[in-house]
Amino acid sequence: MLALVSPALLVILALIVLPVGWLAWQSIYHDGFTLENYRRVFTEDIYWRSFALTFEISLAVTGIALLLGYPVAYLANSVPKGWSILILSLVVLPFWTSVLVRAYAWLALLQRTGVINQFLRYLDVISEPLALVHNTFGTVVATVHILLPFMVLPLYATMQKIPGDLMQAGASLGASPSLTFVRVFLPLSLPGVLAGCTMVFVLCLGFYITPELLGGGRTVMVSMLVSRNVELYNQFGAASAVAVVLLLSVLAIFFAVSRFISLDRILGQK
Amino acid sequence: MTMKRNLGYGYAVLGAIVLSGTAANAAEQITFVSQGGAYQQAQTVAILDPSAKKLGITINQDSIPDAWPAIKTQVGSGKPIWDVVDTPTGYCLRGGEQGLIEKLDFSKIPNAAAMPEAYRSPYSISYEFYSSVLAFSQKTFPKDAPNSWIDFWDVKKFPGRRALRNHPIATLEAALMADGVAPDKLYPLDVDRAFKKLEEIKPNITVWWTSGAQSAQLLNDGEVDMEMAWNGRVSAVAKEGAKVAFTYNQGILQSTSLCILKGAPNLETAVKFLNEAVDPVHQANLPLHIDYGPGNPKAFETSVIKPERAAQLPSEPSNAAKQALMSYAWWSSPAGEAAEKRWASFMQK
Repeated sequence: MLALVSPALLVILALIVLPVGWLAWQSIYHDGFTLENYRRVFTEDIYWRSFALTFEISLAVTGIALLLGYPVAYLANSVPKGWSILILSLVVLPFWTSVLVRAYAWLALLQRTGVINQFLRYLDVISEPLALVHNTFGTVVATVHILLPFMVLPLYATMQKIPGDLMQAGASLGASPSLTFVRVFLPLSLPGVLAGCTMVFVLCLGFYITPELLGGGRTVMVSMLVSRNVELYNQFGAASAVAVVLLLSVLAIFFAVSRFISLDRILGQK
Repeated sequence: MTMKRNLGYGYAVLGAIVLSGTAANAAEQITFVSQGGAYQQAQTVAILDPSAKKLGITINQDSIPDAWPAIKTQVGSGKPIWDVVDTPTGYCLRGGEQGLIEKLDFSKIPNAAAMPEAYRSPYSISYEFYSSVLAFSQKTFPKDAPNSWIDFWDVKKFPGRRALRNHPIATLEAALMADGVAPDKLYPLDVDRAFKKLEEIKPNITVWWTSGAQSAQLLNDGEVDMEMAWNGRVSAVAKEGAKVAFTYNQGILQSTSLCILKGAPNLETAVKFLNEAVDPVHQANLPLHIDYGPGNPKAFETSVIKPERAAQLPSEPSNAAKQALMSYAWWSSPAGEAAEKRWASFMQK
């Protein structure tokens, strides 16, 4: 058995454990052991603000993705097979387009001379273009779009496994469709909700290109802080410390969630 | 500053391209690193190929949008694989102070020794010039366009949307000129005064751009009416037909420089190459292929650059006279590094 898994273990060691270990080491060692980098992360305003903003944006994105994703997954689950394949492929299609292309596409839609503003002006709804992009709003819109499949797919997978008989049973006992939904379907779909929310939230924490392009320079998320520490300020130690804190937050979230549902459900099918 | 010509992410790895190599002279070679894209192509034709031919050496090329982290790790590992890098001058100076860059012996580099002192440092030679200029939309300003940083700051006389670079270098200089400081009296920068002036314009800045490509897109799409941008980016957009223009007045003249990694594997050949790379004729060839000015002003004395072309270039003497020359020495001093760090909290507030 050990002989069989050892190549896999070696790959994990070489590609994950060593680089992450090296990263963590850099954050505490610079001409001797130091906690200076962490002191800075926890006491300096700019780090706090970035972490707070990142969590706010991630929460907003997760909430919106859930509101948009749940009905889509529900619909895909309740229509005949052919239709659900169509719906799911529409969800998955953007997956095959690069994040960069999608960010620029949103720029073309949202900017001052973009499609949406032009259209609204043509309809005379507005006289001045709306500020839809180069701010947090634009960042959230594009991020929701990019992460939506990560919400829909786990939801759909969970809904698929809810036996239809239960709904019929509810109806036969005299419950209205909305009551069966609230009392039977919704609770049974909660593991999917949790899985989807975890995926979206955690992925959003590390977003980089989208806020960089659509945030107008003011939406500084944690990942941008990491890159700026390296590129601009040449502080690998500070960058590593930020990265380690981010990594630990993600692990903490996974740990917390794993107490409610099995991690296999979030990371794969089971 | 290194994303100046970064058209995207795709070309980041141009890979090592072996140029004009034959078995006979394979012994003498260097690895040269630049920033990729149209810029590296232009210098390959104008400078690298002719230099390799003249010296009978092989120049291997590599490219990276931002060389600094790589310089640090390569030299830090004790076995650098690159010899010469073309990188923003500040990195050469900072690298020199940190023992990552070789000190140059100018007696072995006569072409550079003949250049103005302000164009070189113990660790670097200016290789090409570009400029951070005030660019504007000719649609918004068909006449009476903004012509100075004072105009840029004047939101009443010149209403419109504005963008600045999300970086303190050149932006602080512009702020001080907007506050009335003469271009040749900027250094040492009065950082407090510059940030105070920036606070003033901050509410009117729509976008703080982070890459050259982004600045070009903002101007091209009419997303902003005026912005600070690199001259080559603006003229590229204008060439594509956008109604945009820029002024060299109060521009900030900046350079990338050549420097040699400490412990470079082919040190002697690298020094020979440095001398050849700033040869006036090779230097004069560069602006024939791209909108950047030669690092060696003697290039304007060769007959290679036609007068009408010279007039468009940032380092042409009369254009240079209208501008402030960036002091990389100040930016890599402790005061400069402190100003860079202050930028992050300025942006977030």
